[in-house]
Amino acid sequence: MRTSTTPSPRPALPPPGPEELARRGRRFGVWYFAEHQLLAMRSYLSVIVAFSVGHPLLYLVAMGVGLASLVDANGGGDFGGVDYLVFIVPALLATGAFMAASGEFTWPIMDGFKWHRLYYGPLVSPLQPWQIAAGHTLAVAIRLFSQSLVYYLIVAAFGAVPSGFGILSVVTATLAGLAIGTPLMAYAATIREEKAQFVMIQRFGVMPLMLFSGTFFPLTNLPVFLQWIGWLSPLWHASEIGRVFSYGYDEPLWLSIAHVAYLVALAAGGLALAFRTYRQRLVD
Amino acid sequence: MSETTPSVRSLPPEPAPRRGAAAAAERPVVIRAENLVKRYGDFTAVDGISFEVPAGESFGLLGPNGAGKSTTMRMIGGVSRRTGGRLEIMGLDPEEQGPVVRAHLGVVPQQDNLDEELRVRDNLLIYGRYFGLPRAYLKPKVEQLLDFAQLSDKANSRVDDLSGGMKRRLTIARSLVNEPKILLLDEPTTGLDPQARHVLWDRLFRLKEQGVTLVLTTHHMDEAEQLCDRLIVVDEGRIMAEGSPAELIRRYSTREVVELRFGADRNAAVAQQIGDLGDRVEALPDRVLIYARDGEAVLEAVVARGLSPVTSLVRRSSLEDVFLKLTGRSLAD
Ligand SMILES: Nc1ncnc2c1ncn2[C@@H]1O[C@H](COP(=O)(O)OP(=O)(O)O)[C@@H](O)[C@H]1O
Ligand SMILES: [Mg+2]
Repeated sequence: MRTSTTPSPRPALPPPGPEELARRGRRFGVWYFAEHQLLAMRSYLSVIVAFSVGHPLLYLVAMGVGLASLVDANGGGDFGGVDYLVFIVPALLATGAFMAASGEFTWPIMDGFKWHRLYYGPLVSPLQPWQIAAGHTLAVAIRLFSQSLVYYLIVAAFGAVPSGFGILSVVTATLAGLAIGTPLMAYAATIREEKAQFVMIQRFGVMPLMLFSGTFFPLTNLPVFLQWIGWLSPLWHASEIGRVFSYGYDEPLWLSIAHVAYLVALAAGGLALAFRTYRQRLVD
Repeated sequence: MSETTPSVRSLPPEPAPRRGAAAAAERPVVIRAENLVKRYGDFTAVDGISFEVPAGESFGLLGPNGAGKSTTMRMIGGVSRRTGGRLEIMGLDPEEQGPVVRAHLGVVPQQDNLDEELRVRDNLLIYGRYFGLPRAYLKPKVEQLLDFAQLSDKANSRVDDLSGGMKRRLTIARSLVNEPKILLLDEPTTGLDPQARHVLWDRLFRLKEQGVTLVLTTHHMDEAEQLCDRLIVVDEGRIMAEGSPAELIRRYSTREVVELRFGADRNAAVAQQIGDLGDRVEALPDRVLIYARDGEAVLEAVVARGLSPVTSLVRRSSLEDVFLKLTGRSLAD
């Protein structure tokens, strides 16, 4: 018998017991946290679409159509015998995910730890800190995959992706985002005062990587002493493997494997690091 | 180790158990802390705190800012690792069984951490999902909680648009989503205006009546007096006293207090002249307090000595006086 004088609308069934709730948390906690993030993303969906699909499309029109007419008129031999448009589409796809990730793995992390302290809600639920990090990663991965897929379908409709395997570049683009993102997330979890770190990362990290990762021209066009930027950049690896899938760009198999392995290693290493920094920050 | 673990599956069907120390002795202990210590480097935030909370009791940690209350609460939830001591929640060590312990608890942290960009209802839903609660359970439950928090008409507002008191009520509603039998409330009404506080206290009374064990921290003595069956007075990480509010007042203070203000420059001097009145005289910067059984009689005696305070007031002793007696300091912010 409830003593509350305000009548409850409908009595709820009793919830499962604590042992069961804890068991569910251990099993599905990552997804539970991702659900929250996806719900939050829904409230700024129009911004996401504009930023992550509109932005690369703008590049595509400017570079792929405008610049391409100039480049192709001068004999596009440098681009493996394909149109310039076909050459840059996989790179723009990866770049879109890369840019989005550099935002999703920085400011929202500060919001979790500091601004709105969002992480301190799930922290006192059955979830564990590592599941918060993993859940955020999962939600962003879903976002990156979705936006890349939409972008891919649009450019494919314009005939800019000759090979059916091109769809796999959606996966590698997502991986590129995670490869830059999870290390950033691990770092963001250690920041107590956000001064200008994230803006600096954008200006002096993300932007230069975009310019020197063989995005708009082959990396080999750069002087050798600048090429190492590309080798280290997840964006270069994702663009190259994307080209292999999209139009059968000719590179040794071991190199293709190395691209994927590098992206996976960065994403996984960053995530493992984030598990530690999240735990250290949330449980003292 | 689990012989004292009662069922926590639903709210008790029977009327709320009788409160008070006698009833408490018969009820199973749900929280047991033994010599809890928490150090941050050289600094000791919690310095050997021990207490037991029986099921259904409303237990308070009263102390000034920095006393170590929040740290103690976080250790109970297993989100702060203790440096020493033992801790059992429903017979479980929160450091080893964090998820299970937290599934038993509802936690209202000192600072709200609602998702301000989501709607009120979604905040409850999402929080329920953290506990792995299915939507079929959550749908009616969320409405029930909105009703309990008197936020039904705000269900579709963004949290941004709520007042401070509403946010606090939402945070409390949120903490109840798993129907916890133990609710931890860290400074539930700090920063709220008096009216909002009373609304909140009323909600907490309801929970107490339903048999929920409340553990709350506060630095407001009126809140402790209102809500706590029993409390510990904490200062600098140590327990200064323990008992029901009435017991503490009886033990550490007199029945009444006379508050006199002679002006900041005269208070100390006047205190000297009336030091023999009442049981004890405290000279604070802004007022002089005389502790006595009969306040009116003391006030008459003061006036009879030709002293004319700017203001005078006879009141009952409060926990504020207990704290002053125990620490020589005032509890108020
Ligand atoms: N993470 C931390 N690192 C260092 N000192 C801390 C930390 N958390 C709390 N403290 C210190 O421990 C003491 C007790 O803090 P707290 O438990 O928050 O007190 P209360 O809740 O009673 O106001 C304070 O002096 C506080 O500065
Ligand atoms: Mg506190």
